Amino acid sequence: MDPLNAEPSSLKLLAIRCGFLLLILVLWELSARFWVDPMFLSPASKVISSLPALLSKPGLVNALALLLMELIMAFVGSVLIGTALGLMVGLRSSSRKQFLPIVLLLYGTPQITILPIIMLLVGVGVGAKVTFGITHGMFPVILTICSSLQNINPIYLRTGLSLGASKWHTFRYILLPAILPNFFNAIRLSLVASLLGVLLAELFASANGIGFFTRQFTESFDPTSLFGLILVVVFIAVSANTFLSALQRKLSRINP
Amino acid sequence: MNPSSSQLGKKISTQLIFLLLIVLIWTLMTHALSVSSLLLPQPDLVLHRLLSLVTSGEWIEPFKITFSEVFTAFFLSSVLAIGLGFLLSMSTLMMRAFEPLLNAMNAIPAILFFPLFALLFGLDQGSKIALGFTISFFPILINAITAFTSVEAIHKKTAKSLGASRWQFFRYILIPSSIPLIVSGLRMGLMLCFLSVLGGESIASYNGLGHQIAEAAQAMDSELMYAWILLVIAISFALSMTLSQLERMGRR
Repeated sequence: MDPLNAEPSSLKLLAIRCGFLLLILVLWELSARFWVDPMFLSPASKVISSLPALLSKPGLVNALALLLMELIMAFVGSVLIGTALGLMVGLRSSSRKQFLPIVLLLYGTPQITILPIIMLLVGVGVGAKVTFGITHGMFPVILTICSSLQNINPIYLRTGLSLGASKWHTFRYILLPAILPNFFNAIRLSLVASLLGVLLAELFASANGIGFFTRQFTESFDPTSLFGLILVVVFIAVSANTFLSALQRKLSRINP
Repeated sequence: MNPSSSQLGKKISTQLIFLLLIVLIWTLMTHALSVSSLLLPQPDLVLHRLLSLVTSGEWIEPFKITFSEVFTAFFLSSVLAIGLGFLLSMSTLMMRAFEPLLNAMNAIPAILFFPLFALLFGLDQGSKIALGFTISFFPILINAITAFTSVEAIHKKTAKSLGASRWQFFRYILIPSSIPLIVSGLRMGLMLCFLSVLGGESIASYNGLGHQIAEAAQAMDSELMYAWILLVIAISFALSMTLSQLERMGRR
């Protein structure tokens, strides 16, 4: 609430961030060593030092690769399908009025309820996980495209019309620049959502993926491996998100 | 901000037509095309099961369990997230330091921690409360921080030049200007709590609404599964409608 808003030095910021992460690590270490039953919680040092052993477990690297593949397929699928549906629904204001309420209705449905149906339809396997990832990840894209098309200043459209812009020109010079800035945010949301969908399906039923291993580690009370696996997936999620943010920053400098 | 009544009527009628269309296609698929009743049981049979579920009161117990988990998780996460958001927003330094950390943490799919919670808190209500808490915490926190830091500069200056005390600033400037965003964060948080509790219950639990769906699916009792699914979808619509209504009332 400082009105001056002095820019804090980046060194100080870095120190606070590192300090916070260190604090979490220390709290984790201490609580695992002194307060919580070692059956349920494993100290940070042990988890990190046993990461190589975890990764050399038979099938685990394959499970991670499978997760990554499912995530990429679900993400690409949800961006493509989301963009197509978003443009179909959003380009005309008449179709927006008719179909947007339906999209919102579907978006409001708790999708976990239909997971058993998806499993019945496509079987327990990559198909179900990718499908579930797509049904989660496409909505942010559809909704963002629709709302950015809805919020275009009508003056631009009228100007385009009176200057005799073709359909392609209208799209290229009026609609596309309106969509793009929000599009990258939508893509990031879509990544998080499709990962959520894939993981939900993995945890619900999985024969050889991450879900299989988490279940195995939970049932055999092996918190060291469980924590390690979670850390690896968290690392994948955070680095994918960071990559997209960096890409967004780079691309936003280019003017469409 | 409110859509006029004719627009609202149009919106509802489109949704109704859509629902009717689904029921029509569903009936057609089961009666005319004879899709396997394991995949898609006949709608009248499902409706029958749904009615008997509702009238027998069989739904009340799982409903109570699910919602006690949802509200416990929501209460904890909203109190802690708004408190933390307020503390962080007091200092520019902290805000700038924690922004990238919060963004990164928000990108972590919290469902990943569910096996851990199951290990730590058991398959009973504790693990679902922990999951609901973790999933709803960050959206509420991020909205609270945005709300607390987006007080208009002119309001701050006016308060300062009129000699407002800290309490007066809090009561008459900060609270009124941040309420709308916080409330929409809370709405999102409550829905997320509901979804994640359902998710946790479907993955591993003894009871609750999500468990009923998963159990019916495992028993290959499609009619019962569809009946529970319809019931949960109806509950979630009722919840989200109530929340929008409350939000609109709170805005006034």
